[in-house]
Amino acid sequence: MLPSLLPGDIPSDPAQGGISGSRGQVPQLQVANTPLSFREIQDEELQKFCSRVAKLLQKDEPGPDAVDALQRLFLIVSATKYKRRLEKTCVDLLQTTLCSPKCPEQLQLLCAAILRERSPSDDLSLSCDRVQSSQQLSLVASVLLAQGDRKEEVRSVGQRAFRVLESRQPEGPSLRHLLPVVSKVTRLAPHSLHEDQTSLLSKRLVDWLRYASIQQGVPHASGGFFSTPRARQPGPVTEVDGAVATDFFTVLSTGQHFTEDQWLNVQAFSMLRAWLLASSPQGPSAPDSDDRSELEGSTLSVLSATSTASHLLPPQERLREKAFEYCQRLAEQSTRRALRKGDADLQKACLVEAVLVLDVLCRQDPSFLYRTLSCLKALHTRLCGDPARARALLPIAQFFLRHGEAAAVDSEAILQHLFTRIPCELFHSPTLAFEFVRFCGDSLPLFGRNLDILKQSFPNLFKLLAWNSPPLTSEFVELLPWLVDPGTAVEMLHALLDLPCLTAALDLQLRLSPAASERPLWDASLRNPSCLEASRDPQFQALLQHLLRAKASGTVEKLAPLHQLLQPMASCARVVQCAEAVPTLLQAFFSAVTQFADGVLANQLALLLLERCDSLYQVPQYEARVHRVLSSQFLALCALHPSLVVELAKELLEFVGSVSSVRSRGAMLASVAWAIGEYLSVSWDRRCTVEQINRFFEALEALLFELTQSRPSAALPECPPQVIAVLVTTLTKLASRSQDLIPRVSLFLSKMRTLAQSPAPSSMHREEGAAAVRARAAELLTLLKMPSVAQFAFTPSAELSKPRYHRDANTALPLALRTVSRLVEKEMGLLPG
Amino acid sequence: MVHAFLIHTLRAPQAQDAGLCRVLYSCVFGAENSPDDPRPRGAERDRLLRKEQILAVARQVDSMCWLQQQASGRTPMDLQPQSSDEPVPLHEAPLGAFRLAAGDPFQEPRTVVWLGVLSLGFALVLDAHENLLLAEGTLRLLARLLLDHLRLLTPSTNLLLRADRIEGILARFLPHGQLLFLNDQFVQGLEKEFSAAWPR
Repeated sequence: MLPSLLPGDIPSDPAQGGISGSRGQVPQLQVANTPLSFREIQDEELQKFCSRVAKLLQKDEPGPDAVDALQRLFLIVSATKYKRRLEKTCVDLLQTTLCSPKCPEQLQLLCAAILRERSPSDDLSLSCDRVQSSQQLSLVASVLLAQGDRKEEVRSVGQRAFRVLESRQPEGPSLRHLLPVVSKVTRLAPHSLHEDQTSLLSKRLVDWLRYASIQQGVPHASGGFFSTPRARQPGPVTEVDGAVATDFFTVLSTGQHFTEDQWLNVQAFSMLRAWLLASSPQGPSAPDSDDRSELEGSTLSVLSATSTASHLLPPQERLREKAFEYCQRLAEQSTRRALRKGDADLQKACLVEAVLVLDVLCRQDPSFLYRTLSCLKALHTRLCGDPARARALLPIAQFFLRHGEAAAVDSEAILQHLFTRIPCELFHSPTLAFEFVRFCGDSLPLFGRNLDILKQSFPNLFKLLAWNSPPLTSEFVELLPWLVDPGTAVEMLHALLDLPCLTAALDLQLRLSPAASERPLWDASLRNPSCLEASRDPQFQALLQHLLRAKASGTVEKLAPLHQLLQPMASCARVVQCAEAVPTLLQAFFSAVTQFADGVLANQLALLLLERCDSLYQVPQYEARVHRVLSSQFLALCALHPSLVVELAKELLEFVGSVSSVRSRGAMLASVAWAIGEYLSVSWDRRCTVEQINRFFEALEALLFELTQSRPSAALPECPPQVIAVLVTTLTKLASRSQDLIPRVSLFLSKMRTLAQSPAPSSMHREEGAAAVRARAAELLTLLKMPSVAQFAFTPSAELSKPRYHRDANTALPLALRTVSRLVEKEMGLLPG
Repeated sequence: MVHAFLIHTLRAPQAQDAGLCRVLYSCVFGAENSPDDPRPRGAERDRLLRKEQILAVARQVDSMCWLQQQASGRTPMDLQPQSSDEPVPLHEAPLGAFRLAAGDPFQEPRTVVWLGVLSLGFALVLDAHENLLLAEGTLRLLARLLLDHLRLLTPSTNLLLRADRIEGILARFLPHGQLLFLNDQFVQGLEKEFSAAWPR
């Protein structure tokens, strides 16, 4: 069976279907009625099929069976990523058919497609040197350009296309098919065109852009059944609203039929921006002068014969002049009310393109700036009230960012409007969200002193992210380092942790908005969330407003009530998707923030981590994933700023003192305990006192006691052995620094050795964990027998990171390491030396 | 300009894990050549690379489309017209865009615009600074034309054996990957020209 399009009926192997077709003429290439996958056709069969194709192509007038066979051949070639070997005669015939002037379009397209699918290929002998018809040249070019420029194909296609362009026979080939080839060649190899060729095309583009006929075209004189005499007298072209065109023809002018130059007008505008960029002197450099002579002279004959004031300008400048007029006309035409939806859409796309072209023009020639500014200011005012055309605001903003300074115009108001209004109104449009974030990324170098507007707008930008997390996560990973600064870091970290909650709030906002019936964008599977009504409560309103703020507020609100309120929406797919993105974003945030965080900021962030780790929106698996990141980042902050442990002693003591949620935040507890063991020492901070060490010791001892003594119950999950091991280690470290504690910890450790053994091991996993804890307790106990060695092992001096410490065998480290391992392994009281 | 156009399968809405994503048709407009890699590579390897690049795009579109559908709580079923005479409401079909960084999988940075229609994904691989609004319009137009002229919604229609029609449509509406500013009348003109060459 061949694939149908019924949902759920996805073709398991679309290439299945066999080589045989419905037409009886096609050779039956089935083996025992089993349709072979096109991918699995054996070489031998393929060669037979090729000779069949060759025979069909050799006929004087290849018919429908040739078309059928070629379609199958195309499928065989394209269905596999590996090369299929085709007979040489067959490949040659495909090329001859492609170049034969009388061959029907269908066959030519198929031949070109097969050859293109095989490319790059070494056995291609195709050349465009003798092709006359522009349509055929276009097809041959599609094959040659796919070759990957192994033998300078791009250049030769370009040269041939220009030869045809230059010939300019009045009844010559339609250039309509040629311009896209030129456009592609320019894109692939901007340097392959000569200066005079560039000038030539610029001149022609001027003619097509500005002087296309303003009368409608005549329908093809086919003498069709319905042709009436009236159709032979075409009227003037009209605007999209049906009015008679007031000025020159553009892509927004319409009519029943179009003339050739009107078609070229469309092509010319479609390639204009790329051409302006590629043909400018700053773009591709001047061509090499080798082949120059052969083309000189020929270009003079094709000087455009229009007589305007700008006639004497060099072609490039003249093109810019006409492009400017064209864009102005498009801006004017886009104010008209389009009768057809397709035209209304095109108006929007044209506005975007017009602004982009104007930007290029002003970059290349600043004298356009003043004229453009007035045009764009008016356009901006108009667009601000029209959310349907908000997309064009992005290129306008980029324009003002780039040229604002030169034109002494402040772009601030434009940016403020863009960043405050657009994301919160249109976050639900996936393409606008994508384009908005791309705009931010692309314009970063242009923001300059306006970068603050971008930074302050992060809550609004996060709405785009919260709603469209799958495509935007990677964009934000790149953008975050630019958004975060010491002033916003704390608020941004809160916002990142609340991102899934923001998704839920946005969903709620959409459901509550008056235009809701027109935008059924939310998860319809959740019909009437109970929180919908409750959210109107003033208590929640204030919190919701804070969560949905447009700009950084500098304040932090406790959103826990909101988490509760929005709990019914936590299982929405969009919320879950967003929650999955948060760990990645947190990593990006911290790697940016640790670049500039000073002690104060590190303290603030560490506190925030302690505080938020049990205040998260409850999305399935969200907490565990976030804890993993937060706990590792807590350690990173401590490493960055070790005094943190002493400075935050009070808060850390509180954290380890509240045993209640130990089981849900084990990862965080392990990190905090480890940080205490590492950094609570005079060697890191002189302010550290024995009393402080004792207080921490007591708090951790109590915690550990509670954890190990409490009976395992079904309601609570087992405390992970990693946490126990870390706590035991930290206690030992602290004892090594305040040696009065050694007897206490030794007693505790010896109890640990037996204690972990006693409860019947219920599972292998638990037994493994207990064994590891026992081993660790035994090691620590042995080390504590030598307090001075223990202190050295547990609190190495900061000099440890210096190379000398590792190279010099007599200094200490290698020696000490040997001693420590001997102690630990053998439990024998061997003294160093 | 457009670097490539592709049609591929989308996984079923109920499927939790990514099924096999198949590229049904692809067209690359002109090959990328890398200036930094002057070593001549085998033609066969280059072709393999191109096929893998297209497949990589198809897979990403497949998951993006799936995630978007899942997030909006819909299934492609919602789009299914009651009869094959009715047009598919393409303006409601899931549509999106994402970026491909330089080197992954293409040498240059690219933007992908995609459209999911029933079990088919349509995608345009664009140059980084292409007019996205125009690309969206073009993609919707191409999908509409392909659905109409290949009669993709009629059971037992074979998209795979109608490459000439796809090529014919692309040659007119996306020649060499050039996005065209076509107003409604131009579209109709081109469509008439196409219908004359390929009667339905």
